[in-house]
Amino acid sequence: MNDLNFPILSALIFLPVAGAALLLLISRSNESLIKWISLIVSTAAFIISIPLFTEFNKSTHLMQFTEKHSWIPSLNINYSLGIDGISILFVLLSTLITILCVLISWNSIKAKVKEFYISILIMEGAMLGVFCALDFMLFYLFWEAMLIPMYLLIGVWGGSNRIYAAVKFFLYTLAGSVLMLVGIIVLYYQSGRTLDILELTAKTYPYPLQLWLFWAFFAAFAVKVPMFPLHTWLPDAHTEAPTAGSVILAAVLIKMGAYGFIRFSLPLFPEASRAMTPVMLALSVIAIIYGAVICLAQTDLKRLIAYSSVSHMGFVTLGIFALNLQGMEGGILQMINHGIVTGALFLSVGMIYDRTHTRQISDYGGVASVMPVYAAMFMVFTLASIGLPATNGFIGEFLIILGGFRANQWAGVLAATGVIIGAGYMLWLYQRVFFMETKPKVAGLADINLREIITLLPMIILIFWIGVYPNVFLGFMHESVKHLLERVNSGGAHEASIAKNILEIIK
Amino acid sequence: MNNYLLIPFLPLAAFLINILFGRKYLKENSHWVSILAVAGSWIVTVITLLDVLSGKIINEDLYSWIVSGEFKASVGFLIDQLTVVMLIVVTTCSALIHIYSIGYMRGDKGYYRFFAYLSLFTFCMLMLVMANNFLQLYFGWEGVGLCSYFLIGYYFDKKSASDAGKKAFIVNRFGDFGFGLGIIMIFLTFGTAYYAPVFSQAKNFAAQTVNFLGYDVHLMTLIALLLFCGSIGKSAQMPLHVWLPDAMEGPTPVSALIHAATMVTAGVFLVARCSPIFSLSETALTVVALTGAITALFAATIALVQKDIKRIIAYSTISQLGYMFLAAGVGAYGAGVFHLYTHSFFKALLFLCAGSVMHAMSGELDIQKMGGLKKYMPITYWTMLFASLSIAGMPGFAGFFSKDEILWLAYSGQSPVGKFVWVIGALVAFLTAFYSFRLIFLTFHGKFRGTHEQEHHLHESPKTMTVPLILLCIGAVASGWVGIPHLLGGGAHFMEFLKPVLGHSEANATHTEEWMVMAISTIAGFSGIGLAALFYLVKTDIPVRLAQKFNTVYKTLWNKYYVDELYSFIIVRPAIWTAKNILIGITDARIIEAVVNGVPKGLGEFSRILRKVQTGLVQRYAAIMALGLLIIVAYMLWR
Repeated sequence: MNDLNFPILSALIFLPVAGAALLLLISRSNESLIKWISLIVSTAAFIISIPLFTEFNKSTHLMQFTEKHSWIPSLNINYSLGIDGISILFVLLSTLITILCVLISWNSIKAKVKEFYISILIMEGAMLGVFCALDFMLFYLFWEAMLIPMYLLIGVWGGSNRIYAAVKFFLYTLAGSVLMLVGIIVLYYQSGRTLDILELTAKTYPYPLQLWLFWAFFAAFAVKVPMFPLHTWLPDAHTEAPTAGSVILAAVLIKMGAYGFIRFSLPLFPEASRAMTPVMLALSVIAIIYGAVICLAQTDLKRLIAYSSVSHMGFVTLGIFALNLQGMEGGILQMINHGIVTGALFLSVGMIYDRTHTRQISDYGGVASVMPVYAAMFMVFTLASIGLPATNGFIGEFLIILGGFRANQWAGVLAATGVIIGAGYMLWLYQRVFFMETKPKVAGLADINLREIITLLPMIILIFWIGVYPNVFLGFMHESVKHLLERVNSGGAHEASIAKNILEIIK
Repeated sequence: MNNYLLIPFLPLAAFLINILFGRKYLKENSHWVSILAVAGSWIVTVITLLDVLSGKIINEDLYSWIVSGEFKASVGFLIDQLTVVMLIVVTTCSALIHIYSIGYMRGDKGYYRFFAYLSLFTFCMLMLVMANNFLQLYFGWEGVGLCSYFLIGYYFDKKSASDAGKKAFIVNRFGDFGFGLGIIMIFLTFGTAYYAPVFSQAKNFAAQTVNFLGYDVHLMTLIALLLFCGSIGKSAQMPLHVWLPDAMEGPTPVSALIHAATMVTAGVFLVARCSPIFSLSETALTVVALTGAITALFAATIALVQKDIKRIIAYSTISQLGYMFLAAGVGAYGAGVFHLYTHSFFKALLFLCAGSVMHAMSGELDIQKMGGLKKYMPITYWTMLFASLSIAGMPGFAGFFSKDEILWLAYSGQSPVGKFVWVIGALVAFLTAFYSFRLIFLTFHGKFRGTHEQEHHLHESPKTMTVPLILLCIGAVASGWVGIPHLLGGGAHFMEFLKPVLGHSEANATHTEEWMVMAISTIAGFSGIGLAALFYLVKTDIPVRLAQKFNTVYKTLWNKYYVDELYSFIIVRPAIWTAKNILIGITDARIIEAVVNGVPKGLGEFSRILRKVQTGLVQRYAAIMALGLLIIVAYMLWR
């Protein structure tokens, strides 16, 4: 196992939090110092996360870089961290995305700058905590902690209808989380008072209980994904949030739901998950098609991309609940892909919004004539979004459709229609914004500057890296996914065979 | 040495150089990068051809691309007889069209972009034909589609151009939907996506049926037809042909390269490549043959009345592609590929000549406003005339040999629909000759019918354009000579060369019949030209009178059988209407949101009651807290 002799995960989680604390001490008038400190802190966190990538042992499904300290001994609650092949990529994505969020907000956030960057850094710490926590109480703490900065990002720095969107976001996610908390407490007593995630996911629970808890957890995760029909908070939140908020929301926050299904729902409740597969596949396919068709009628740039997220996240849940290797790996990869591509799309939209202050698609037209570099980069994101081979989107979608088709032919076929509609709305969007005659609001706009190019460049590199050589990324997952699927697909069946044997013996 | 890797990767390098440095640094020198790259590819292709002729077949992986459990796909290359034919077609046409573009695109503000896209296209097309597995094939397939999208919409500030590009991409996605499922079915059947094991094991599944979406279907028929969906889209066959005529919005060199010589033939290549699968399903082959035959006839009839010089040639392309599918469908894959090969030369030439004409006419496309151009642009005239003689199947020209081979094998082969498609094929040969020479006569003969300014401006095109015309003309005339049939004393070398990959289709008829078939198609060609001469040189009032007399027929053909209108009515508008009125208007707004907003509203009522308690008076709070405390203490004591 890798042994860095250094609590790298704790360092990762608490570095941004410490950064936020540092910002508290700085005078709010010194905005450029605040920005630079945020940039340095987020970059440092990213650099710290790189050894995870290089030192990770791909040949095991076990947790790595683990830390465990007793926290509340009387309740058997521990401070326990670790990552495996499923969570590592999300940790890296979170640290990268945070840097980009700092960069994109450089000039566009003008009010309450100090509080803004504090929120972003606390957000980063909480997100990393969610992906690293191996104790349920710790997990829940980070899970809820994410809510507050996000609520503030939308509610304070958002658009005109921000309060409505922020409250809606908050209520939705809170309602889901509370049900999960109840589920966690039940598990705690059921398992003989432990909150250790690894212990809990190795135990077996009676089927009726599994079923109840599956739906309790579903409430929390499905809202976050968001799965149809719990998706209506997302377009509002995305549309009203400032660019950095939309990016974090799209790239990391909504991944938490799908991550929760993989990390908790499947291994905790294998039989219930298997039994509920038809429902989950159906909801996924509905989300894919529903989200895609609704994009055809959007008039607001950010709203369109938000609905496209519903469609793309449908692919993710389809892959996960296909319960086979290709589907699951495709699903996890697609979560990363969606984070990169949709994150990049929101970053791009933010750049042009800073120039024109309009989100209406009809106000645009002919942008490619005045902003060629921007147009070229946006084209790459568009192509990745519609899953063109050699971009990351293709690898994920192909594996998901393959896995989905294996699990249920109709699911695979219907999901594939989403790919057609996807090309439809994205290319139409691109045409209306970038092609045709230059509209008055667009005329004379300056092309993106170096800071903006640097913000988008990592996304472009990742899009092609994953698209051309995905094995680097898929390689992280193989062992963990295999292990998980063994648990899900044999859980219950194993005991049934034991029970059967016992019956045979008795006879 | 892996020399062959240079074939695709030189153009890729040229693309990267041009897209990164073209706008600021290379500018009007961009063409050098792309031309050197494609010339390099061509030279390596010729070396590779010699290797293959000496019996060396390459099948190796460069690296593994996607690995997930038992699913594996790689970036890998198969270079066999079929590949090398495609390589020759692609690199030759591409190189000549690159050179032509120097003259044609000179002065355009997106010069570097144009050459960058041409290089990217060449790369993708080469990856497509050189693939050794289905996933890389799919990569090339989508890649050429993307370049087609870029290049059709090259003049992106024009709405019609950007519409056409988008349409091409999306229509193709419909075909690729089936193609992708076909690849998935192949993987699930054979456990691999590599050509070699799939094709060698296909026979073992010849009798197998499979449950597909609740229906029991013949496995090989299912796979073949799913793959064929991709071909229908890419090669613009009915009912997905609608994108190709609109694709003429792109610059003319693009029409020649992508929408005539190379990309659109990828569908035929796919069927030929998968011939071991198609051959196991008579149903699938019959579908292919009928689709090809009907499309050939359908497109040829539309071409009869069109006035736009490029659209006529576009419909002619759809029609000729139909011929190739007709060939494949009767099991004559070799003949189909032979026609693909000859067609690439004469059709690229036709487009480039059309481009030359447009160049002289300041962008005019309507052949009714041309006429008499022969004396102003002799090189264009003669080369276009030779190309037209070739497509009309005049004896000795390239098109004659390939078309004859197809019609003969359709007539004599085992296919149950062979005789039927032969009749259609012969009829289409007549129509082809007619509309091709209608174009020649209206454009180059008679009196000039354009404006004075246009007449004043008429000139032959520059050398960079005419030299490629002359070189392609050699191909249009002579490329068929490698496949002269035994009947005429030739060796049918082309078909012999492809035999190891595509097999051989048995002719099941006598020499007399072979002469007869050849005579009929030749007569069809001559009479087509003759009728065109009568209509457009001698009695020029006949066409107008015919159009008036059969007005409904004329209108239907002129409006391309109203297929575009039909699709708009049954697909595009309903989809957007549903999105607007049902999903946003009803499901999201009235149902989901009503529930969601209903809950907080209920909570709001509840909180209004609570708010009455919150008066903001600290004393009252204190009193309530004291009361609460009292109750708790009482409870504890009582317990």
